[in-house]
Formats: sequence, C-alpha cells, structure tokens
Amino acid sequence: MALATAETTTALDFGPAVALSCRECGTRYDLGPIFACIECFGPLEVAYAWDSPDAGGTTPVTRQQIESGPSNIWRYRALLPVPVDVASKPNLAPGWTNLVKADNLARELGMRSLHVKDDSGNPTHSFKDRVVAIALEAARNFGFHTLSCSSTGNLAGAVGAAAARAGLDSCVFIPSNLEEAKIIMASVYGGRLVGIEGTYDDVNRFCSELIGDPIGDKWGFVNVNLRPYYGEGSKTLAYEIAEQLGWRIPDQIVIPVASGSQLTKIDKGFKELIKLGLVDDRPYKIFGAQAEGCSPVSAAYKAGRDFVQPVKPNTIAKSLAIGNPADGPYVLDIARRTGGAVEDVTDAEVVDAMRLLARTEGIFAETAGGVTVGVLRKLVANGLLDPEAETVVLNTGDGLKTLDAVSAEARPTAVIRPSLDAFRAAIADNS
Amino acid sequence: MSVSVRIPTILRTYTDGAAEVNGEGATLREVLQKLDADFPGIGARILDETGKIRRFVNVYVGEEDVRFVDGLDTATPEGAQISVIPAVAGG
Repeated sequence: MALATAETTTALDFGPAVALSCRECGTRYDLGPIFACIECFGPLEVAYAWDSPDAGGTTPVTRQQIESGPSNIWRYRALLPVPVDVASKPNLAPGWTNLVKADNLARELGMRSLHVKDDSGNPTHSFKDRVVAIALEAARNFGFHTLSCSSTGNLAGAVGAAAARAGLDSCVFIPSNLEEAKIIMASVYGGRLVGIEGTYDDVNRFCSELIGDPIGDKWGFVNVNLRPYYGEGSKTLAYEIAEQLGWRIPDQIVIPVASGSQLTKIDKGFKELIKLGLVDDRPYKIFGAQAEGCSPVSAAYKAGRDFVQPVKPNTIAKSLAIGNPADGPYVLDIARRTGGAVEDVTDAEVVDAMRLLARTEGIFAETAGGVTVGVLRKLVANGLLDPEAETVVLNTGDGLKTLDAVSAEARPTAVIRPSLDAFRAAIADNS
Repeated sequence: MSVSVRIPTILRTYTDGAAEVNGEGATLREVLQKLDADFPGIGARILDETGKIRRFVNVYVGEEDVRFVDGLDTATPEGAQISVIPAVAGG
C-alpha cells in the first residue's frame, strides 16, 4: 500500500506497534505519519503484535511488571506505540495522577462510591500531556523537526512544553479568542503561537490544509498526521484508573466529550485490559458529558441518531468546544453498547459544578471538569446513572486555566484592618 | 461556474500529485461529478455508495462547511474554492 509519508532515514522503533489499521474498513498500512484511510477516509488506529490473531494469546506484560515500572505512563509502555527505552528519552513523563476517593462529593450527590481521576496533576495541568508524549515519540521516529497542533488551549501548552523538553521547534494554532491563561501557557515555552480568527473547527481545517503544503513538511501535527499515535495516550487513563482501583474496571465512568477521542480510547483501554487478562471481564457503563452550548453528540444521542450534526460552539467550556467531533459516531456507539448515555449541562450548571467539586473535594477543575461533574449530578438526578454503583468521574484540566468562569463570585469574605475586633465583626456579619 | 478544488494529500494519487485542480459546476454535486469525470475514481472516495458525502470527509465551499449549508446542493459561485478535507479531531 502506498504511503503518503515523509521519508524516514532510520529504522522505525514503535515497540509493540506493527501497523496502522482503518477503524472503518480494516485496511492496514505500514506505520507512517498518516491518519486517514485511502479507501474510505476512516480514522487509522495503531495495531499491535500482541493483539494480532497469531500472537497466540501471549501476554505482553504482567501486573507485576507494570507495578514495578515508573510512576508515569511509561509503566504501560508494553501496550503503547513507543520504544522500549522511552522512559530514558527527554519527555514530560506524564501520568500516574491522583484517583481521589471523593466521599464528600458522593455524600452530596447521594452516591455510594465515587472517585475523581484528577488529571490536572499532569506537567502542563491537563490530560493532554499523555497524548502528546506518545505523539512526540512518533515525531522523533519520523524525523520531524517541528511539533504542531490545532488546539482549544490545553493541547497548545502541552505541545509547547513537550517540544521544549525534547529540543524540537514548535508552532501551535489556536482560536484567537481563547482564555488568557491558556494563551499565556501556550506561549511561555518559547515556540510559535498563532491565533486563528475563527472557531476550533476553523483552526483544525487550516492545519489539515497546512499538512499538504510545503510549509508543513517535516512537521508533526500531534492531532492530525500523528493522530493514530496521539490517541493511544488516552488509553493510559483507563489503565491507571483500573490499576488504582486495585486492578478493577469501575461500574460507571463519566468522560468529557470534545472530539470524542478520549472516550473511545478509554473504552479501548478497558477492553484491552480485559482481553489481556489484567482485569476481570465485567460490564461497565460509559457516559459522555458535553456543555449545552456545544452538544452535537448529546443531541444525536437523545434523538436516537447514529450520526452527528455539526454545530457552531457557544460555551464557556472552550476546551470542549468542538462543533464537528470526528469521533462523535463512535461515542454514540460506545454509550449505547455499554448501557451508558450522553448528557449535557448549561454553562451555569458548569460553574456551579466547578464550585461544588472545589468545595467538597478541594479540586479546582477547569470548565471541562465542571461539565463532567455537572453531568454526573444530572445523570444521578434523572436516574440514568446508578448511585449505588462504583463510579469514576474525570477532571481533565486545572481551574487556574479558566479563572474567568468563576471569577464573578470569587472575592474575599471580608477585607478588614489587622485587628481582632475587626475580624470578630466581619465573621459575625458573614455567619 | 468555474471553481477550484483543493485536493487532500491522500487523494492526490488521482490528480497526478496536484494539490489544486480546476472544476466546473453550479452546485457541489455538479462539481464532484465533473471532478470524477476528469479524475476517474476520485468521486467514490468522497461519496459513499448511496451518493452521500462520506462520514469522515468534510467539504467546504469557501469558508463554509457544506453540512451547514445545503450539502451536495450547495451553490458553487464563479471562482469559489472548494476544499475536501479528511475529518480529524482532538483539541
């Protein structure tokens, strides 16, 4: 099969990965910087030696081997498209973030068992460090000199930081109206940052065209031409959650939906753990969470459709503001297959949920975390999620990146002179 | 109407490597029919067996995703630029 690839001058080393495979029609391709099937345009995914029919059920890694690995995503390297020595290369070594037992929030919501997977603890304070770390190894393999992306904000920072650590150039593209904190974070790492006048979908389209242009030669767009590799990073969320629960998949999980990639890869991660015998085979339900102002997948789910009608986003949850989600149809399939659902909440509910999570668990989530917690609350209220079953909700980013969302109600309880009398008077007024 | 059509990398095997080709037609449907006549086989890569735009393909006339306009019946005015782009995502 002909490849639309940049030439590579050295042997590729993707560890256990052996090929790319079309998720739609199954056509296989050699490993390369390609992302769409020539036959049907379907998305390409990484195929592994341990997952092939002639692998003979050989287990690539044991629980003990994983547990003795580093405290980051490289403990799962045997299940990822990365070289054996990946942990020794310069990268951000993300992952192994806290799985917080959220008893206070559970009590507030009337639930028996709830954990928050808090991915704000990653090096650039969002889950994007996971996916970028895998894409970086692909960029090195293909001999690219520049790391790039289209981004709603978090990814731009993650790419800038990873490129800086690895000694690559970076050039990232964002909608020009992003939150100030995300713009600052994306620019501080020294790479080029370009604001595009338009929505994320406009930025994404621009980057897709840039790939076919000579300017983009030798550029690794982590979420475009490196997307098959990049997406695999999200599987590590599934691996970590299961391992941190004592090698058990939770009964229910609530995941934010932007492009839908993360949700599909967490499902893939759970299925792999079951297939490899690392966890018991038990049913689980996957729930998708969107903001009402950008809820094309939730709308399709509620309407019983198996396709997603694109929308023009209008929500404070900008990291989820993808109006034309490429993996949307797969999210619908997974929610229905597992008995989950896709739900959405208003911006006001997002802010309220951010404050709820902060107040009950001391976790300051960005707006996307407000979306998942808000949807969790709604799913419990409308009976779609079982409050008695073990549940995990994802927080994928840090509240410091979206301060505007909560700044209106954030002010000192009191401003007083430095005297005990003044303090007594102030707390009396506020009691 | 005379228009230009931007061809994604993975379809350039049909256009002898050309990134942009000339097209003809008053609607997107007509433009794609002419495109397939000029470059046999390319139409079936963009449209599925039922004649609809494939699930993982985005087509733009100018700045507009045709799914927000009239789909294959979207008008293609003189000089319009049409872009065919594989769907990708991940913010």
